[in-house]
Order: sequence, then C-alpha cells, then structure tokens
Amino acid sequence: MLLTNLEVVPGRRIVAHYGLVQGSTVRAKHVGRDIAASFKNVFGGELKGYTELLNDSREEATARMVAQAQAMGANAILNIRFATSSVAVGAAELFVYGTAVALE
Amino acid sequence: MEIFLIQLIGPLAIAGVLLTVGFFSGRYLEKKHYASIIARETAPDQVMVFATRLPPPELPAPATQLVSGSVVISADYFKRFIAGLRMLIGGRLNTYESLLDRARREAILRMQEEAKALGATQIFNVKLETMSIGGRNPNSISCLEVLAYGTAIIPRN
Repeated sequence: MLLTNLEVVPGRRIVAHYGLVQGSTVRAKHVGRDIAASFKNVFGGELKGYTELLNDSREEATARMVAQAQAMGANAILNIRFATSSVAVGAAELFVYGTAVALE
Repeated sequence: MEIFLIQLIGPLAIAGVLLTVGFFSGRYLEKKHYASIIARETAPDQVMVFATRLPPPELPAPATQLVSGSVVISADYFKRFIAGLRMLIGGRLNTYESLLDRARREAILRMQEEAKALGATQIFNVKLETMSIGGRNPNSISCLEVLAYGTAIIPRN
C-alpha cells in the first residue's frame, strides 16, 4: 500500500478511484504517564511518554484506514490528512483520512 | 495569629520553590533545546522541506513515502505563572511563543530525520497540526502536541 499526502503519484497513472477511506482511534492517557507528566509540568521539556502514545495511536488509525482501502481493492491512498481533537479531558481522538485509488 | 501565618507562608513557600525550580530548569532546557535545534537545522546534508503541493516533474519519476514527526512539549511552572499574569492584561505571551516555536521546529526536524533514513532528498506538501493536551483545565495550554507530515521524495538511481 502506497501512502502519500500528494494528490498524484509521480510517474504512475490512476486507473480507479474508490473514494474516501478513514481510520480513527480514541485514546486516554494512563495514570503512570500522567504522574510523570505532572513533574514535567514543573520543569518543562518534552513528554516522551505522550509522544510515543500519540505515535502508536496514529499508527493504529493509519492501519485501520489501510485495512479499509485493502478491502476495496485499492493499492494506494492519496492526499492523506491527519486530524486530532480532544474529545474529553485527558482523551484524544486521532483521525486519518485519504482517497483510495488503484494505480497501474 | 502564628497558626494563621504558618498557613499563609506554607503555600507561598511551595509556590516560590516551584517558580524558582521552573524558572531555572525551564531556561536551561530551552537553551539546550535551541542549541540542538539550530545545530540540526544547519547540518549541511539536511533534507529540504517544502510546503508546495506538488513536486516539480522529473524523470525518472522518484519514489514517494509519507513521513511524519511529532513532539509533545510542556511549559514549565514559571512560564505558566507568567502566562497567567499576562492573561489579566492581555498582549503577547512571549513564553508560549518560544514553546510553540520549539515544538514546531522539533517536529519538522524529526520528520526530516525519518525522511533521511529512507534516503530522501526533499519533502513536499508539508502540513503542521497543533493540539493542546490540557491538564485539568481544558482552557490552559499546559502541554501541546505538534505533528508535521509530508511526502518524502526518494530519487531513483
């Protein structure tokens, strides 16, 4: 599966469009990480635990989108966008969407 | 009277310690972070980053790959205190400006590192996404996440 956030793939022709595909996941933060984060709130700096957590969640959302595209018979997803929203205090939704296409 | 004084001094002393610790550690970390950002940004073989939608057409067509970089960064206690004071009178929040600047530059650098590991020379259509991960108060930006993503152009030899 070819993933890109361009509208075209250089040197390849699109033979079929399958429409919008999306993947999302809602994650809550973990108490242990929250305690570490509250110390960081005094000292400042990067919260590595949260960076990892959000990266893992984003990978999961992408995997869901890819599974949806594969089920349609696509071999590439173009014009991918990431969106994030906090749905509740301490929880975030990570959303990814794009256009599923078949390339020759 | 004495009990009243102790009750008053206790929280003030704690706040004072937190402010001092926050001020010095925050300043130290920011200086260190900026030094590292500048060193990596000015590295001679750094991947070029463009916000342009499409790469120029070239032959043979290069391979493409989605790359991203993200960072979650927190303000220190001192910065948050200053911002709290600033919000009474309005105006520029210098302390948060530098925080956002650092986070964005760091996210872009991480994206560049990922692209470099793939053998890319350029990244096109770069998008930046910012989210605040509030603490108990959703209106305060106690920590924020910045995500940078784009398409890496990997030349074929």
